[in-house]
Amino acid sequence: MLHAVEVDQLSVSYFETTALERLSVRLTSGQLIGIIGPNGAGKSTFIKAIMGLIPAEATSIRLLGQSAKQARTQVAYVPQRSAIDWDFPIRVIDAVLIGCYPQLGLFKRPTKQHRMRARACLDRVGMLDYADRQIGELSGGQQQRVFLARALAQEADLLLLDEPFVGVDAGSEGVIIDLLRVLRDEGKTILVVHHDLSKAADYFDTLLLLNRRIISVGPPQDVLHADLIEAAYGNPLAFLQKVEVSS
Amino acid sequence: MTIIDFIHALTEYDFLQKSLVTSVMVGIICGVIGCFIILRGMSLMGDAISHAVLPGVAISYLLGINFFIGAVATGLLTALGIGFVSQNSRIKNDTAIGILFTSAFALGIILISFLRSSSDLYHILFGNVLAVRPSDMWMTLAIGLIVLAAIFLFYKELLVTSFDPTMAAAYGLSTRLIHYLLMTMLTLVTVASLQTVGIILVVAMLITPAATAYLLTNRLSRMIFLSAGLGTISSVVGLYFSFTYNLSSGASIVLVATALFALVFIFSPRHGLLRKWKSAKKELTT
Repeated sequence: MLHAVEVDQLSVSYFETTALERLSVRLTSGQLIGIIGPNGAGKSTFIKAIMGLIPAEATSIRLLGQSAKQARTQVAYVPQRSAIDWDFPIRVIDAVLIGCYPQLGLFKRPTKQHRMRARACLDRVGMLDYADRQIGELSGGQQQRVFLARALAQEADLLLLDEPFVGVDAGSEGVIIDLLRVLRDEGKTILVVHHDLSKAADYFDTLLLLNRRIISVGPPQDVLHADLIEAAYGNPLAFLQKVEVSS
Repeated sequence: MTIIDFIHALTEYDFLQKSLVTSVMVGIICGVIGCFIILRGMSLMGDAISHAVLPGVAISYLLGINFFIGAVATGLLTALGIGFVSQNSRIKNDTAIGILFTSAFALGIILISFLRSSSDLYHILFGNVLAVRPSDMWMTLAIGLIVLAAIFLFYKELLVTSFDPTMAAAYGLSTRLIHYLLMTMLTLVTVASLQTVGIILVVAMLITPAATAYLLTNRLSRMIFLSAGLGTISSVVGLYFSFTYNLSSGASIVLVATALFALVFIFSPRHGLLRKWKSAKKELTT
């Protein structure tokens, strides 16, 4: 079986604090994978570390069967909404077009074909009507869909999404998860940093429960056990409370 | 004296033509680079690098070399120093900027006072566009072309590192390299602006036209052209006031840029104050 993500002995520390400690995991490709854990568990850190965005120690990090460096143009990243300056003078279509940049060399400009691809990707997320809007004029859910379109334009095989459902209305959340499922069925591997435990079982094929180290990894029914949740959150009710609220 | 007299003087006086060409070029390149400076939230860095050029200028005079070399060297050294201090300690970036550029500037003032008269220092600090020599003009034009060519070639990279540096780094683009490329261009632009607006006020030419353009459009490409246009208008009109009323050229140019900003700040159809008030009123009534 092919592994989209293979990490051996990954450790990350910021100054004196350890964010991730000797973490080893293999994640099968073609799956929709949720990364869950309490605040400060190192979920975003994990994603950033495997992309090589932050200094990390590891025996090996392989993505899509290649070294992380070789794979990086085939890995698309959708940042947390708070990481983007939404007042930036850029239109929706141009933001999606950036997805084509990794394939373009230095000094090369996007061609008409790239623009067509960007439009097609916008269409897939149902946002083509908004192509000429400035990105700040969209709702949170629409913004997230535009960034997903950008990831599509990149034609990446591995998608990394950091908290894509934060500040997103329920309608857009449904659209996004449906789209992620379609992409998964097309054979792409999708890693989603997620904090809402109540929907985790519903959304993901595999869950990775983190708190600085791996607490558990596997199918949701195996991971969402009270004792494992307690090990991660220090409180077995973290999961139950959220389920009650949502039902 | 009227505008017609100014135009007449332009055809008559060679020095005025050189001043005009130089200040227009400065208006354009400051406007273009300024867009990236403000979008990256680096206004303070722009201020810092422009000040950090001073010791380089002084050392170049001392060694009898072209002052470009010294200016670029101390400008870049300061940029590297700022990066080093903020990355290797708990000192925040803006604090590191504050420490390093003032040190460089102070060093520059002392070096200059050893070397030259106080009137030279005054001209370097505040500019004197009416005293532009042919060599200055050609140098400004050459820098201008280099900077514009670099922006054109690296437009894609500048855009993505400004808008989403995480994605840029993720696909293997060196955001640090682009940062220092921009810092190099910033020192070049500062040196080119020495004669027109001087070290102290060059930051205004970097920020004000770009900020004005930012209030007028939602597209980066248009913002760059608008900013260059606004920089040009500020330069030409400022030069007119400077020549006609015998005012400091740098100060005149900057105040024209500020006046344009004020107009746009109030009347911009997209992001102006009037528009904001109107839509706020609408919301109240509906």
